[in-house]
Amino acid sequence: MPSRLALTCHNRSLTFQCCGDEHQMTQSQDAKFPKQRIALSITVNGTRHELEAAPTATLLDVIRDELKLTGTKKGCDMGGCGACTVLVAGRRIASCLALAASFGDADITTIEGIGTADRLHPLQDAFIRHDALQCGYCTPGQILSAIAVLAEGARSIEEIREGMSGNLCRCGAHANIVAAIAEVAGL
Amino acid sequence: MSSASFNYVRATELTDALSQGKRPGAAYLAGGTDLLQLWKASLTAPQDVIDISRLPLADITRAGDRLVIGAMARLSDVAAHPEVKAGHPLICDAILASASGQVRNLATAGGNLLQRTRCPYFSDAGLACNKRDPGSGCGARDGENRHAVLFGGSSGCVATHASDLAVALAALDAEIAISSASGERQLALSDLYPLPGETTAPDSSLRPGEMITAIRIVGAERFAPHSTYLKIRDRASFEFAVVSVAAALRIEDGVIAEARLAAGGVASLPWRLGRSEAALIGRAPTEQAFAAAGELAIEGARPLEGNAFKIPLLRNAVIRALQTAGDQS
Ligand SMILES: Cc1cc2nc3c(=O)[nH]c(=O)nc-3n(C[C@H](O)[C@H](O)[C@H](O)COP(=O)(O)OP(=O)(O)OC[C@H]3O[C@@H](n4cnc5c(N)ncnc54)[C@H](O)[C@@H]3O)c2cc1C
Ligand code: SF4
Ligand code: FES
Ligand code: FES
Repeated sequence: MPSRLALTCHNRSLTFQCCGDEHQMTQSQDAKFPKQRIALSITVNGTRHELEAAPTATLLDVIRDELKLTGTKKGCDMGGCGACTVLVAGRRIASCLALAASFGDADITTIEGIGTADRLHPLQDAFIRHDALQCGYCTPGQILSAIAVLAEGARSIEEIREGMSGNLCRCGAHANIVAAIAEVAGL
Repeated sequence: MSSASFNYVRATELTDALSQGKRPGAAYLAGGTDLLQLWKASLTAPQDVIDISRLPLADITRAGDRLVIGAMARLSDVAAHPEVKAGHPLICDAILASASGQVRNLATAGGNLLQRTRCPYFSDAGLACNKRDPGSGCGARDGENRHAVLFGGSSGCVATHASDLAVALAALDAEIAISSASGERQLALSDLYPLPGETTAPDSSLRPGEMITAIRIVGAERFAPHSTYLKIRDRASFEFAVVSVAAALRIEDGVIAEARLAAGGVASLPWRLGRSEAALIGRAPTEQAFAAAGELAIEGARPLEGNAFKIPLLRNAVIRALQTAGDQS
Protein backbone atom coordinates (compact mmCIF):
# COMPACT_ATOMS: atom_id res chain seq x y z
CA MET A 1 0.00 0.00 0.00
CA PRO A 2 1.30 3.44 -0.77
CA SER A 3 2.25 5.30 2.34
CA ARG A 4 1.40 8.60 0.82
CA LEU A 5 -0.77 9.62 -2.09
CA ALA A 6 -0.76 13.28 -3.01
CA LEU A 7 -2.83 14.34 -5.96
CA THR A 8 -2.63 17.59 -7.83
CA CYS A 9 -4.89 18.22 -10.73
CA HIS A 10 -4.17 20.98 -13.18
CA ASN A 11 -6.11 21.43 -16.39
CA ARG A 12 -5.94 18.01 -17.97
CA SER A 13 -2.90 16.68 -16.18
CA LEU A 14 -2.83 14.78 -12.95
CA THR A 15 0.29 14.61 -10.77
CA PHE A 16 0.54 12.12 -7.95
CA GLN A 17 3.18 10.77 -5.67
CA CYS A 18 3.27 7.13 -4.86
CA CYS A 19 5.94 5.26 -2.89
CA GLY A 20 8.19 8.25 -3.15
CA ASP A 21 8.00 8.58 -6.96
CA GLU A 22 6.24 11.35 -8.74
CA HIS A 23 3.98 10.35 -11.64
CA GLN A 24 2.27 12.57 -14.12
CA MET A 25 -0.65 11.62 -16.29
CA THR A 26 -1.77 13.82 -19.13
CA GLN A 27 -4.77 13.19 -21.30
CA SER A 28 -3.33 11.43 -24.29
CA GLN A 29 -4.99 13.58 -26.94
CA ASP A 30 -3.35 16.68 -25.54
CA ALA A 31 0.05 15.28 -26.33
CA LYS A 32 -0.74 15.70 -30.03
CA PHE A 33 -1.32 19.41 -29.55
CA PRO A 34 1.44 20.64 -27.30
CA LYS A 35 -0.81 22.97 -25.35
CA GLN A 36 -1.88 25.53 -27.89
CA ARG A 37 -2.94 28.63 -25.99
CA ILE A 38 -5.10 31.29 -27.54
CA ALA A 39 -4.51 34.90 -26.58
CA LEU A 40 -7.75 36.67 -25.76
CA SER A 41 -8.34 40.35 -25.28
CA ILE A 42 -11.94 40.50 -24.21
CA THR A 43 -13.86 43.31 -22.61
CA VAL A 44 -16.31 42.17 -19.98
CA ASN A 45 -18.64 44.69 -18.39
CA GLY A 46 -16.37 47.50 -19.49
CA THR A 47 -13.13 45.99 -18.18
CA ARG A 48 -10.52 44.72 -20.59
CA HIS A 49 -8.94 41.36 -19.82
CA GLU A 50 -5.84 39.97 -21.50
CA LEU A 51 -5.63 36.25 -20.94
CA GLU A 52 -4.94 32.92 -22.54
CA ALA A 53 -7.29 30.01 -22.98
CA ALA A 54 -7.29 26.51 -24.37
CA PRO A 55 -8.43 26.26 -27.99
CA THR A 56 -11.36 24.15 -26.80
CA ALA A 57 -12.58 26.57 -24.11
CA THR A 58 -16.02 28.02 -24.55
CA LEU A 59 -16.76 31.63 -23.77
CA LEU A 60 -18.83 30.37 -20.84
CA ASP A 61 -15.84 28.50 -19.40
CA VAL A 62 -13.64 31.56 -19.71
CA ILE A 63 -16.20 33.85 -18.08
CA ARG A 64 -16.81 31.50 -15.17
CA ASP A 65 -13.52 29.70 -14.65
CA GLU A 66 -10.93 32.24 -15.73
CA LEU A 67 -12.62 35.55 -14.93
CA LYS A 68 -14.54 34.05 -11.98
CA LEU A 69 -17.71 35.82 -13.01
CA THR A 70 -19.98 33.04 -11.84
CA GLY A 71 -23.26 34.89 -12.28
CA THR A 72 -23.45 33.40 -15.76
CA LYS A 73 -24.65 29.83 -15.29
CA LYS A 74 -23.99 26.52 -16.98
CA GLY A 75 -27.13 24.44 -17.36
CA CYS A 76 -27.17 22.08 -20.32
CA ASP A 77 -23.90 23.20 -21.96
CA MET A 78 -25.65 22.36 -25.28
CA GLY A 79 -27.56 25.50 -26.26
CA GLY A 80 -30.83 24.20 -24.93
CA CYS A 81 -31.57 26.11 -21.72
CA GLY A 82 -30.38 29.72 -21.95
CA ALA A 83 -28.72 29.80 -18.51
CA CYS A 84 -25.43 30.87 -20.12
CA THR A 85 -26.89 33.80 -22.07
CA VAL A 86 -24.59 36.83 -22.32
CA LEU A 87 -24.59 39.84 -24.61
CA VAL A 88 -21.85 40.29 -27.20
CA ALA A 89 -21.96 43.82 -28.60
CA GLY A 90 -25.54 43.94 -27.36
CA ARG A 91 -26.63 40.68 -29.01
CA ARG A 92 -27.57 37.70 -26.89
CA ILE A 93 -25.76 34.44 -27.45
CA ALA A 94 -25.55 31.04 -25.81
CA SER A 95 -22.02 31.34 -24.45
CA CYS A 96 -21.77 27.55 -24.01
CA LEU A 97 -21.79 27.11 -27.80
CA ALA A 98 -19.40 29.97 -28.50
CA LEU A 99 -15.73 29.08 -28.79
CA ALA A 100 -13.76 31.62 -26.74
CA ALA A 101 -11.13 31.72 -29.48
CA SER A 102 -13.76 32.94 -31.96
CA PHE A 103 -14.72 35.75 -29.59
CA GLY A 104 -11.21 36.74 -28.58
CA ASP A 105 -11.82 40.46 -29.02
CA ALA A 106 -15.47 40.60 -28.00
CA ASP A 107 -17.26 43.19 -25.90
CA ILE A 108 -19.31 41.14 -23.45
CA THR A 109 -21.97 42.01 -20.92
CA THR A 110 -22.81 39.58 -18.12
CA ILE A 111 -25.30 39.83 -15.27
CA GLU A 112 -22.57 41.40 -13.09
CA GLY A 113 -22.45 44.33 -15.50
CA ILE A 114 -26.03 45.51 -15.63
CA GLY A 115 -26.86 46.66 -12.12
CA THR A 116 -25.75 46.69 -8.51
CA ALA A 117 -27.57 45.87 -5.29
CA ASP A 118 -28.13 49.61 -4.77
CA ARG A 119 -28.94 50.43 -8.36
CA LEU A 120 -30.81 47.55 -9.85
CA HIS A 121 -31.44 47.28 -13.54
CA PRO A 122 -35.18 47.85 -14.15
CA LEU A 123 -35.54 44.21 -15.16
CA GLN A 124 -33.82 43.01 -11.97
CA ASP A 125 -36.18 45.21 -9.98
CA ALA A 126 -39.21 43.92 -11.88
CA PHE A 127 -38.11 40.27 -11.48
CA ILE A 128 -37.96 40.76 -7.71
CA ARG A 129 -41.33 42.51 -7.48
CA HIS A 130 -43.05 39.96 -9.73
CA ASP A 131 -41.54 37.01 -7.89
CA ALA A 132 -40.12 35.87 -11.23
CA LEU A 133 -37.76 33.29 -9.74
CA GLN A 134 -37.50 30.57 -7.17
CA CYS A 135 -34.04 29.00 -7.07
CA GLY A 136 -32.60 31.77 -9.24
CA TYR A 137 -30.37 29.55 -11.35
CA CYS A 138 -31.92 30.58 -14.65
CA THR A 139 -32.36 34.22 -13.66
CA PRO A 140 -29.12 35.77 -14.97
CA GLY A 141 -29.75 34.21 -18.38
CA GLN A 142 -33.41 35.22 -18.28
CA ILE A 143 -32.52 38.83 -17.55
CA LEU A 144 -29.78 39.09 -20.18
CA SER A 145 -32.10 37.50 -22.70
CA ALA A 146 -34.93 39.86 -21.71
CA ILE A 147 -32.68 42.89 -22.24
CA ALA A 148 -32.06 41.66 -25.78
CA VAL A 149 -35.69 40.73 -26.44
CA LEU A 150 -36.74 44.29 -25.57
CA ALA A 151 -33.95 45.72 -27.71
CA GLU A 152 -35.04 43.45 -30.57
CA GLY A 153 -38.39 45.20 -30.40
CA ALA A 154 -40.85 42.83 -28.71
CA ARG A 155 -44.12 44.74 -28.45
CA SER A 156 -46.63 42.23 -27.15
CA ILE A 157 -46.97 39.48 -24.57
CA GLU A 158 -46.93 36.99 -27.43
CA GLU A 159 -43.64 38.39 -28.77
CA ILE A 160 -42.11 38.34 -25.30
CA ARG A 161 -43.12 34.72 -24.79
CA GLU A 162 -41.76 33.69 -28.18
CA GLY A 163 -38.59 35.75 -27.73
CA MET A 164 -37.93 34.19 -24.33
CA SER A 165 -38.50 30.61 -25.47
CA GLY A 166 -34.76 29.88 -25.42
CA ASN A 167 -34.67 30.37 -21.65
CA LEU A 168 -36.04 27.51 -19.62
CA CYS A 169 -36.92 27.73 -15.94
CA ARG A 170 -36.95 24.44 -14.07
CA CYS A 171 -38.86 26.11 -11.23
CA GLY A 172 -41.61 27.08 -13.65
CA ALA A 173 -41.56 30.83 -13.01
CA HIS A 174 -42.30 31.59 -16.68
CA ALA A 175 -45.63 33.34 -16.08
CA ASN A 176 -44.06 35.80 -13.64
CA ILE A 177 -40.99 36.22 -15.83
CA VAL A 178 -43.20 37.29 -18.74
CA ALA A 179 -45.14 39.63 -16.45
CA ALA A 180 -41.94 41.27 -15.22
CA ILE A 181 -40.65 41.83 -18.75
CA ALA A 182 -44.03 43.09 -19.93
CA GLU A 183 -44.05 45.68 -17.17
CA VAL A 184 -40.63 46.99 -18.18
CA ALA A 185 -41.81 47.04 -21.80
CA GLY A 186 -44.70 49.23 -20.70
CA LEU A 187 -47.36 46.68 -21.69
CA MET B 1 -16.99 17.46 -21.92
CA SER B 2 -15.26 15.77 -24.76
CA SER B 3 -11.81 14.50 -23.93
CA ALA B 4 -10.30 15.22 -27.34
CA SER B 5 -8.49 18.47 -27.84
CA PHE B 6 -8.09 20.27 -31.14
CA ASN B 7 -5.97 22.91 -32.69
CA TYR B 8 -7.65 26.23 -33.49
CA VAL B 9 -6.95 28.16 -36.66
CA ARG B 10 -8.71 31.37 -37.62
CA ALA B 11 -9.02 31.84 -41.36
CA THR B 12 -9.16 35.35 -42.72
CA GLU B 13 -8.95 34.58 -46.43
CA LEU B 14 -10.97 32.10 -48.43
CA THR B 15 -8.03 30.53 -50.27
CA ASP B 16 -6.21 30.06 -46.99
CA ALA B 17 -9.28 28.48 -45.38
CA LEU B 18 -9.77 26.12 -48.31
CA SER B 19 -6.19 24.88 -48.23
CA GLN B 20 -6.40 24.32 -44.47
CA GLY B 21 -9.81 22.70 -44.78
CA LYS B 22 -8.73 19.99 -47.19
CA ARG B 23 -6.31 18.48 -44.68
CA PRO B 24 -7.48 15.21 -43.13
CA GLY B 25 -8.95 15.78 -39.67
CA ALA B 26 -9.86 19.40 -40.37
CA ALA B 27 -13.36 20.75 -39.70
CA TYR B 28 -14.80 24.14 -40.51
CA LEU B 29 -16.39 26.07 -37.69
CA ALA B 30 -18.84 28.82 -38.60
CA GLY B 31 -21.26 29.57 -35.74
CA GLY B 32 -20.10 26.41 -34.00
CA THR B 33 -23.54 25.64 -32.60
CA ASP B 34 -23.69 22.20 -34.17
CA LEU B 35 -20.00 21.37 -34.31
CA LEU B 36 -19.44 22.12 -30.63
CA GLN B 37 -22.43 20.06 -29.57
CA LEU B 38 -21.11 17.10 -31.55
CA TRP B 39 -17.63 17.64 -30.18
CA LYS B 40 -18.84 17.83 -26.59
CA ALA B 41 -20.78 14.61 -27.08
CA SER B 42 -17.62 12.95 -28.53
CA LEU B 43 -19.43 12.39 -31.83
CA THR B 44 -16.74 14.25 -33.72
CA ALA B 45 -13.09 14.76 -32.89
CA PRO B 46 -11.46 17.13 -35.38
CA GLN B 47 -7.73 17.68 -35.14
CA ASP B 48 -7.89 21.15 -36.59
CA VAL B 49 -10.83 23.46 -36.25
CA ILE B 50 -10.75 26.07 -39.00
CA ASP B 51 -12.76 29.08 -37.87
CA ILE B 52 -14.37 30.49 -41.01
CA SER B 53 -16.81 32.81 -39.24
CA ARG B 54 -14.79 35.93 -40.09
CA LEU B 55 -14.37 35.26 -43.77
CA PRO B 56 -15.92 38.09 -45.77
CA LEU B 57 -18.86 35.89 -46.77
CA ALA B 58 -21.60 37.29 -44.56
CA ASP B 59 -23.18 39.80 -46.95
CA ILE B 60 -26.78 39.60 -48.03
CA THR B 61 -27.33 41.29 -51.37
CA ARG B 62 -30.06 41.65 -53.92
CA ALA B 63 -29.36 42.42 -57.53
CA GLY B 64 -32.34 42.43 -59.85
CA ASP B 65 -34.35 39.32 -59.15
CA ARG B 66 -31.46 37.51 -57.49
CA LEU B 67 -30.93 37.28 -53.74
CA VAL B 68 -27.54 36.12 -52.46
CA ILE B 69 -27.10 35.13 -48.83
CA GLY B 70 -23.47 34.77 -47.78
CA ALA B 71 -22.87 31.46 -46.02
CA MET B 72 -21.48 33.18 -42.92
CA ALA B 73 -24.52 35.41 -42.46
CA ARG B 74 -25.98 34.74 -39.02
CA LEU B 75 -29.53 33.40 -39.06
CA SER B 76 -30.82 36.39 -37.08
CA ASP B 77 -29.28 38.81 -39.58
CA VAL B 78 -30.81 36.96 -42.52
CA ALA B 79 -34.27 37.05 -40.91
CA ALA B 80 -33.96 40.75 -40.06
CA HIS B 81 -32.65 41.84 -43.47
CA PRO B 82 -35.05 44.24 -45.22
CA GLU B 83 -34.63 42.61 -48.67
CA VAL B 84 -35.25 39.16 -47.25
CA LYS B 85 -38.28 40.34 -45.27
CA ALA B 86 -39.80 42.14 -48.23
CA GLY B 87 -39.05 39.71 -51.06
CA HIS B 88 -38.61 36.34 -49.34
CA PRO B 89 -40.74 36.27 -46.19
CA LEU B 90 -40.82 32.46 -46.35
CA ILE B 91 -37.13 32.43 -45.44
CA CYS B 92 -37.74 34.72 -42.45
CA ASP B 93 -40.65 32.56 -41.26
CA ALA B 94 -38.53 29.40 -41.39
CA ILE B 95 -35.59 31.00 -39.59
CA LEU B 96 -37.69 32.60 -36.87
CA ALA B 97 -39.23 29.19 -36.20
CA SER B 98 -35.71 27.72 -35.71
CA ALA B 99 -33.84 27.29 -32.43
CA SER B 100 -33.78 30.34 -30.09
CA GLY B 101 -32.69 33.96 -30.30
CA GLN B 102 -29.43 33.07 -28.54
CA VAL B 103 -28.67 30.31 -31.03
CA ARG B 104 -29.78 32.28 -34.13
CA ASN B 105 -27.33 35.05 -33.25
CA LEU B 106 -24.50 32.52 -33.51
CA ALA B 107 -25.68 30.08 -36.16
CA THR B 108 -24.89 30.80 -39.81
CA ALA B 109 -26.96 30.12 -42.90
CA GLY B 110 -24.33 27.76 -44.34
CA GLY B 111 -23.85 25.88 -41.08
CA ASN B 112 -27.60 25.48 -40.70
CA LEU B 113 -27.80 23.55 -43.95
CA LEU B 114 -25.02 21.25 -42.78
CA GLN B 115 -26.19 20.46 -39.27
CA ARG B 116 -26.25 16.75 -38.51
CA THR B 117 -29.41 14.76 -37.91
CA ARG B 118 -31.23 14.79 -34.59
CA CYS B 119 -31.90 11.05 -34.70
CA PRO B 120 -31.45 9.96 -31.04
CA TYR B 121 -29.50 6.86 -32.07
CA PHE B 122 -27.00 8.98 -33.96
CA SER B 123 -26.30 10.97 -30.79
CA ASP B 124 -25.65 7.94 -28.61
CA ALA B 125 -22.28 6.43 -29.46
CA GLY B 126 -23.29 3.15 -27.80
CA LEU B 127 -26.05 2.42 -30.32
CA ALA B 128 -25.96 1.10 -33.87
CA CYS B 129 -26.13 3.86 -36.47
CA ASN B 130 -25.00 3.71 -40.09
CA LYS B 131 -24.85 7.47 -40.31
CA ARG B 132 -22.36 7.74 -37.46
CA ASP B 133 -20.66 4.42 -38.00
CA PRO B 134 -21.18 3.01 -41.53
CA GLY B 135 -22.01 -0.67 -41.52
CA SER B 136 -23.07 -0.79 -37.86
CA GLY B 137 -26.78 -1.00 -38.69
CA CYS B 138 -29.70 1.27 -38.00
CA GLY B 139 -31.08 1.24 -34.48
CA ALA B 140 -34.03 3.45 -35.29
CA ARG B 141 -35.59 1.35 -38.04
CA ASP B 142 -36.85 -1.33 -35.70
CA GLY B 143 -36.52 0.74 -32.54
CA GLU B 144 -37.85 4.09 -31.40
CA ASN B 145 -38.78 5.71 -34.71
CA ARG B 146 -41.42 8.31 -33.97
CA HIS B 147 -39.13 10.90 -35.58
CA ALA B 148 -38.34 8.86 -38.70
CA VAL B 149 -38.93 9.57 -42.39
CA LEU B 150 -42.06 8.84 -44.43
CA PHE B 151 -40.31 9.13 -47.79
CA GLY B 152 -36.99 8.00 -49.22
CA GLY B 153 -35.89 5.86 -46.27
CA SER B 154 -33.71 2.79 -46.78
CA SER B 155 -33.04 -0.30 -44.72
CA GLY B 156 -29.85 1.54 -43.75
CA CYS B 157 -31.22 4.84 -42.42
CA VAL B 158 -34.55 6.52 -41.78
CA ALA B 159 -33.35 9.81 -40.28
CA THR B 160 -34.76 13.20 -41.21
CA HIS B 161 -32.81 16.36 -41.88
CA ALA B 162 -33.47 18.92 -39.17
CA SER B 163 -32.98 22.25 -40.96
CA ASP B 164 -36.04 24.48 -41.30
CA LEU B 165 -34.22 26.94 -43.55
CA ALA B 166 -33.49 24.14 -46.04
CA VAL B 167 -37.22 23.44 -46.41
CA ALA B 168 -37.98 27.06 -47.28
CA LEU B 169 -35.01 27.20 -49.65
CA ALA B 170 -36.07 23.99 -51.39
CA ALA B 171 -39.50 25.47 -52.08
CA LEU B 172 -37.81 28.51 -53.62
CA ASP B 173 -35.47 26.38 -55.80
CA ALA B 174 -32.35 27.79 -54.14
CA GLU B 175 -28.86 27.02 -55.35
CA ILE B 176 -25.76 26.52 -53.25
CA ALA B 177 -22.38 27.94 -54.25
CA ILE B 178 -19.49 25.69 -53.21
CA SER B 179 -15.75 26.34 -53.22
CA SER B 180 -12.81 24.07 -52.64
CA ALA B 181 -9.07 24.23 -53.17
CA SER B 182 -9.66 22.78 -56.65
CA GLY B 183 -12.39 25.14 -57.81
CA GLU B 184 -16.04 26.09 -57.58
CA ARG B 185 -19.32 24.38 -58.30
CA GLN B 186 -23.03 24.92 -57.89
CA LEU B 187 -25.67 22.57 -56.60
CA ALA B 188 -29.42 22.71 -56.44
CA LEU B 189 -30.22 22.77 -52.74
CA SER B 190 -32.01 19.43 -52.94
CA ASP B 191 -28.88 17.82 -54.40
CA LEU B 192 -27.00 18.79 -51.26
CA TYR B 193 -28.83 16.01 -49.46
CA PRO B 194 -28.38 12.41 -50.63
CA LEU B 195 -30.88 9.66 -49.97
CA PRO B 196 -29.53 7.03 -47.57
CA GLY B 197 -27.89 3.85 -48.82
CA GLU B 198 -27.98 0.40 -47.31
CA THR B 199 -24.99 0.77 -45.01
CA THR B 200 -24.10 4.44 -45.24
CA ALA B 201 -26.08 7.63 -44.88
CA PRO B 202 -24.01 10.78 -45.30
CA ASP B 203 -25.82 13.94 -44.22
CA SER B 204 -24.61 15.92 -47.22
CA SER B 205 -23.02 15.40 -50.58
CA LEU B 206 -20.22 17.90 -49.90
CA ARG B 207 -16.78 16.45 -50.49
CA PRO B 208 -14.03 16.76 -47.89
CA GLY B 209 -12.70 20.31 -47.77
CA GLU B 210 -15.56 21.85 -49.71
CA MET B 211 -17.12 24.97 -48.30
CA ILE B 212 -20.53 26.49 -48.94
CA THR B 213 -19.89 30.14 -49.73
CA ALA B 214 -23.37 31.38 -50.61
CA ILE B 215 -27.02 30.57 -51.13
CA ARG B 216 -28.62 31.98 -54.28
CA ILE B 217 -32.30 32.41 -54.96
CA VAL B 218 -33.42 33.67 -58.33
CA GLY B 219 -36.81 35.04 -59.30
CA ALA B 220 -38.63 34.00 -56.12
CA GLU B 221 -40.04 37.38 -55.15
CA ARG B 222 -43.17 36.63 -57.11
CA PHE B 223 -44.15 34.26 -54.31
CA ALA B 224 -43.76 36.84 -51.54
CA PRO B 225 -47.46 37.79 -51.28
CA HIS B 226 -48.59 34.18 -50.84
CA SER B 227 -46.08 32.17 -48.85
CA THR B 228 -45.85 30.67 -45.41
CA TYR B 229 -43.86 28.24 -43.29
CA LEU B 230 -45.89 26.03 -40.99
CA LYS B 231 -43.94 24.12 -38.37
CA ILE B 232 -45.63 21.49 -36.22
CA ARG B 233 -43.67 20.58 -33.11
CA ASP B 234 -44.07 18.94 -29.73
CA ARG B 235 -44.04 22.31 -27.99
CA ALA B 236 -44.98 25.72 -29.29
CA SER B 237 -41.47 27.11 -29.67
CA PHE B 238 -37.76 26.24 -29.44
CA GLU B 239 -38.17 22.73 -30.81
CA PHE B 240 -37.36 20.84 -33.99
CA ALA B 241 -40.16 20.05 -36.43
CA VAL B 242 -42.20 16.89 -36.27
CA VAL B 243 -43.55 17.92 -39.66
CA SER B 244 -43.22 21.25 -41.44
CA VAL B 245 -44.48 22.69 -44.71
CA ALA B 246 -43.19 25.55 -46.82
CA ALA B 247 -45.92 26.75 -49.17
CA ALA B 248 -45.57 29.42 -51.85
CA LEU B 249 -48.22 30.33 -54.41
CA ARG B 250 -48.52 32.79 -57.24
CA ILE B 251 -52.13 33.71 -57.69
CA GLU B 252 -53.21 35.54 -60.81
CA ASP B 253 -56.77 36.72 -61.38
CA GLY B 254 -58.07 34.41 -58.69
CA VAL B 255 -56.32 31.34 -60.11
CA ILE B 256 -53.21 29.56 -58.86
CA ALA B 257 -50.60 30.12 -61.57
CA GLU B 258 -47.67 28.51 -59.75
CA ALA B 259 -47.33 26.43 -56.60
CA ARG B 260 -44.36 25.34 -54.54
CA LEU B 261 -44.61 22.94 -51.63
CA ALA B 262 -41.81 21.36 -49.61
CA ALA B 263 -42.14 19.31 -46.45
CA GLY B 264 -39.69 18.98 -43.55
CA GLY B 265 -39.46 16.22 -40.96
CA VAL B 266 -40.44 13.54 -43.47
CA ALA B 267 -37.23 12.70 -45.38
CA SER B 268 -33.46 13.00 -45.34
CA LEU B 269 -33.92 16.09 -47.49
CA PRO B 270 -36.62 18.76 -47.84
CA TRP B 271 -39.31 16.77 -49.66
CA ARG B 272 -40.86 18.57 -52.62
CA LEU B 273 -44.50 17.66 -53.10
CA GLY B 274 -44.58 17.73 -56.89
CA ARG B 275 -47.92 16.01 -57.39
CA SER B 276 -49.65 18.42 -55.01
CA GLU B 277 -48.02 21.36 -56.78
CA ALA B 278 -49.16 20.17 -60.20
CA ALA B 279 -52.72 19.59 -59.03
CA LEU B 280 -53.03 23.17 -57.77
CA ILE B 281 -52.09 24.86 -61.03
CA GLY B 282 -55.03 26.43 -62.82
CA ARG B 283 -57.38 26.04 -59.87
CA ALA B 284 -58.91 28.69 -57.66
CA PRO B 285 -57.45 28.76 -54.12
CA THR B 286 -60.41 26.94 -52.60
CA GLU B 287 -60.81 24.44 -49.77
CA GLN B 288 -61.44 21.67 -52.30
CA ALA B 289 -58.24 22.39 -54.20
CA PHE B 290 -56.23 22.49 -50.98
CA ALA B 291 -57.80 19.26 -49.68
CA ALA B 292 -56.91 17.50 -52.93
CA ALA B 293 -53.32 18.75 -52.65
CA GLY B 294 -53.20 17.45 -49.07
CA GLU B 295 -54.28 13.97 -50.15
CA LEU B 296 -51.69 13.89 -52.94
CA ALA B 297 -48.96 14.95 -50.50
CA ILE B 298 -49.18 11.70 -48.56
CA GLU B 299 -49.25 9.37 -51.55
CA GLY B 300 -46.36 6.95 -51.38
CA ALA B 301 -45.65 7.60 -47.69
CA ARG B 302 -44.07 4.54 -46.04
CA PRO B 303 -44.46 4.71 -42.30
CA LEU B 304 -42.61 2.66 -39.70
CA GLU B 305 -44.08 1.35 -36.49
CA GLY B 306 -43.89 4.60 -34.55
CA ASN B 307 -44.46 7.36 -37.07
CA ALA B 308 -47.70 6.62 -38.95
CA PHE B 309 -49.25 9.60 -37.13
CA LYS B 310 -47.14 11.82 -39.37
CA ILE B 311 -49.25 10.89 -42.40
CA PRO B 312 -52.46 12.69 -41.40
CA LEU B 313 -50.28 15.35 -39.78
CA LEU B 314 -48.55 16.02 -43.11
CA ARG B 315 -51.83 16.06 -45.03
CA ASN B 316 -53.40 18.51 -42.60
CA ALA B 317 -50.27 20.66 -42.43
CA VAL B 318 -50.26 20.98 -46.23
CA ILE B 319 -53.91 22.05 -46.19
CA ARG B 320 -53.38 24.56 -43.39
CA ALA B 321 -50.25 26.01 -44.97
CA LEU B 322 -52.09 26.44 -48.27
CA GLN B 323 -55.02 28.11 -46.51
CA THR B 324 -52.65 30.59 -44.86
CA ALA B 325 -50.71 31.25 -48.06
CA GLY B 326 -53.88 31.52 -50.13
CA ASP B 327 -55.49 34.00 -47.72
CA GLN B 328 -52.70 36.54 -47.78
CA SER B 329 -52.86 39.43 -50.18
C1 LIG C 1 -30.80 24.19 -28.84
C2 LIG C 1 -30.81 24.19 -30.34
C3 LIG C 1 -32.02 24.18 -31.02
C4 LIG C 1 -32.03 24.16 -32.42
N1 LIG C 1 -33.23 24.19 -33.08
C5 LIG C 1 -33.24 24.23 -34.45
C6 LIG C 1 -34.44 24.31 -35.18
O1 LIG C 1 -35.53 24.35 -34.60
N2 LIG C 1 -34.37 24.35 -36.54
C7 LIG C 1 -33.18 24.33 -37.21
O2 LIG C 1 -33.18 24.40 -38.44
N3 LIG C 1 -32.03 24.24 -36.54
C8 LIG C 1 -32.04 24.20 -35.19
N4 LIG C 1 -30.86 24.09 -34.51
C9 LIG C 1 -29.64 23.87 -35.26
C10 LIG C 1 -28.94 25.16 -35.56
O3 LIG C 1 -29.73 25.94 -36.40
C11 LIG C 1 -27.61 24.78 -36.19
O4 LIG C 1 -26.81 24.26 -35.16
C12 LIG C 1 -26.91 25.94 -36.81
O5 LIG C 1 -27.68 26.54 -37.80
C13 LIG C 1 -25.60 25.49 -37.39
O6 LIG C 1 -24.93 26.62 -37.91
P1 LIG C 1 -23.49 27.00 -37.38
O7 LIG C 1 -23.02 28.16 -38.17
O8 LIG C 1 -23.49 27.17 -35.91
O9 LIG C 1 -22.74 25.68 -37.81
P2 LIG C 1 -21.41 25.01 -37.28
O10 LIG C 1 -21.68 24.30 -36.01
O11 LIG C 1 -20.29 25.98 -37.30
O12 LIG C 1 -21.19 23.98 -38.44
C14 LIG C 1 -22.08 22.90 -38.69
C15 LIG C 1 -21.40 21.91 -39.63
O13 LIG C 1 -21.22 22.44 -40.93
C16 LIG C 1 -19.84 22.64 -41.24
N5 LIG C 1 -19.82 23.96 -41.85
C17 LIG C 1 -20.27 25.13 -41.30
N6 LIG C 1 -20.28 26.10 -42.21
C18 LIG C 1 -19.84 25.55 -43.37
C19 LIG C 1 -19.64 26.05 -44.69
N7 LIG C 1 -19.93 27.32 -45.00
N8 LIG C 1 -19.18 25.20 -45.64
C20 LIG C 1 -18.91 23.91 -45.34
N9 LIG C 1 -19.07 23.39 -44.11
C21 LIG C 1 -19.53 24.19 -43.14
C22 LIG C 1 -19.09 22.45 -39.96
O14 LIG C 1 -17.83 21.87 -40.16
C23 LIG C 1 -20.00 21.52 -39.19
O15 LIG C 1 -19.80 20.21 -39.60
C24 LIG C 1 -30.82 24.14 -33.13
C25 LIG C 1 -29.60 24.17 -32.44
C26 LIG C 1 -29.59 24.20 -31.06
C27 LIG C 1 -28.28 24.26 -30.35
S1 SF4 D 1 -32.09 6.41 -38.77
FE1 SF4 D 1 -30.06 6.94 -39.63
S2 SF4 D 1 -29.26 8.28 -38.05
FE2 SF4 D 1 -30.90 7.14 -37.04
S3 SF4 D 1 -29.99 5.23 -36.22
FE3 SF4 D 1 -30.65 4.73 -38.29
S4 SF4 D 1 -28.77 5.08 -39.48
FE4 SF4 D 1 -28.49 6.23 -37.58
S1 FES E 1 -25.80 26.20 -20.70
FE1 FES E 1 -25.81 27.25 -22.59
S2 FES E 1 -27.83 27.01 -23.26
FE2 FES E 1 -27.77 25.70 -21.52
S1 FES F 1 -35.87 30.09 -10.90
FE1 FES F 1 -35.18 28.02 -10.68
S2 FES F 1 -34.73 27.52 -12.75
FE2 FES F 1 -35.73 29.40 -12.96
